[in-house]
Amino acid sequence: MEDEVVLLDFWPSSFAMRVKIALGEKGIKYKCKQEDLFNKSTLLLEMNPIHKKIPVLIHNGKPISESLIILQYIDQVWNRKSPLLPSDPYQRSQALFWADYIDKKIYGIGRRVWMGKEDQEEAKEELMQCLKTLERELGDKLYFGGQNIGVVDVALVPFTTWFYSYETCGNFSIEAGCPKLVAWAKRCKENYRSVSEALPHPLQIYEYVMELKKRLGL
Amino acid sequence: MAESNVKVLGTWASPFVMRVKIALHLKSVRYEDVEEDLLAPKSELLLKSNPVYKKIPVFFHAHNPICESLIILQYIDEVWTTSASSILPSDPYERSQSRFWAAYVDDKFFPALRRLLIGATEEDKKAALAEVVEGTVVLEGAFGELSKGKAFFGGDNIGFVDIALGSLLGWIEVIGKQCETKLVSEAKTPRLVQWADCFSAHEAVKDVLPDVDKLADFGLKLRAKILKALAPTN
Repeated sequence: MEDEVVLLDFWPSSFAMRVKIALGEKGIKYKCKQEDLFNKSTLLLEMNPIHKKIPVLIHNGKPISESLIILQYIDQVWNRKSPLLPSDPYQRSQALFWADYIDKKIYGIGRRVWMGKEDQEEAKEELMQCLKTLERELGDKLYFGGQNIGVVDVALVPFTTWFYSYETCGNFSIEAGCPKLVAWAKRCKENYRSVSEALPHPLQIYEYVMELKKRLGL
Repeated sequence: MAESNVKVLGTWASPFVMRVKIALHLKSVRYEDVEEDLLAPKSELLLKSNPVYKKIPVFFHAHNPICESLIILQYIDEVWTTSASSILPSDPYERSQSRFWAAYVDDKFFPALRRLLIGATEEDKKAALAEVVEGTVVLEGAFGELSKGKAFFGGDNIGFVDIALGSLLGWIEVIGKQCETKLVSEAKTPRLVQWADCFSAHEAVKDVLPDVDKLADFGLKLRAKILKALAPTN
């Protein structure tokens, strides 16, 4: 019996992009369903009743929510190629630590940057601090995962397509502060089709952000 | 089984630290217990071993530090596999569900509980209380799903979600007494009430959960410290 894999998606979502990269890396065929977050489908509400959020991966009818949990699920089930997590328990704990750090920081701080309210300056500083911390963690490695991309790369790289929006809304340059990180993002997109295919163009994200700001009255 | 180079940097009052100790007890791993005073300035060891968050628990194994309690639990489960039961299920789907509910405890339930503890106004407390009670009802439902009629979220044995939620039981009781409400009530969450008793009495847990009066006293001091830090300075 063939596997049925469905992804409940929202194209600008960095969290959903993570799942698309993972599915791409593993060569998994799936159906992608776009959600309108202002008008959530019955399927989404049924599959993720607790948080009502995307992404949701539906594997043979069973839903999995929360992008990092989905990534670990994908890595465990489709374990024959492109491992996302190291096999050594200590290395794995460190990878999960940094993926979790990215979860705790980037989305929330980035949002405060593009929203452009009174706390924007503070948010810009916080964002640069976080990105610098991540850049230090990357060090001289090609990828956070070493020679190949791993869960930390997959967790972070989608946010880089939002960099242009952060920079334009906040009037600053991320590349100036974190040149190695920007180079890493370029490397991911150039060397991994799963990444270049999952990430929309930064200008598309910017257009979306402008529309969203209008909608929110900002 | 005595293990060299296993250390827990934490405090008796922290539920996140309790999680790590419960896991180590389940796996019969002996460890060195290093106490960090939450009411004093942070120690050199803490600042050095957790420079990113500067928070406890920090787990040390062969001098390698690991931070974030749920990540520590997964590490312990992966390293000490010879004894007793697994903390996480081996089935990928069940594993994902355990992770989901532990994340719910950390991302939704605990913050509401914390807001209830430090709530400065009656309004804040009322809103937080409603959220906490709603959370217990959601968790009652999760218990029904995950336990499949057995005593724990993990089934016959204590698992990931049991540890994540159970570690909060002391604080749940203290905060409940403060609000003069039973946060985990017989009326709304009968299965959780039963589960809480089983969990608290478990061999691996009973010496880790703190004395409620001692915790209540500590809670007052901690609340004062947090409110002072949050107060606007002139």
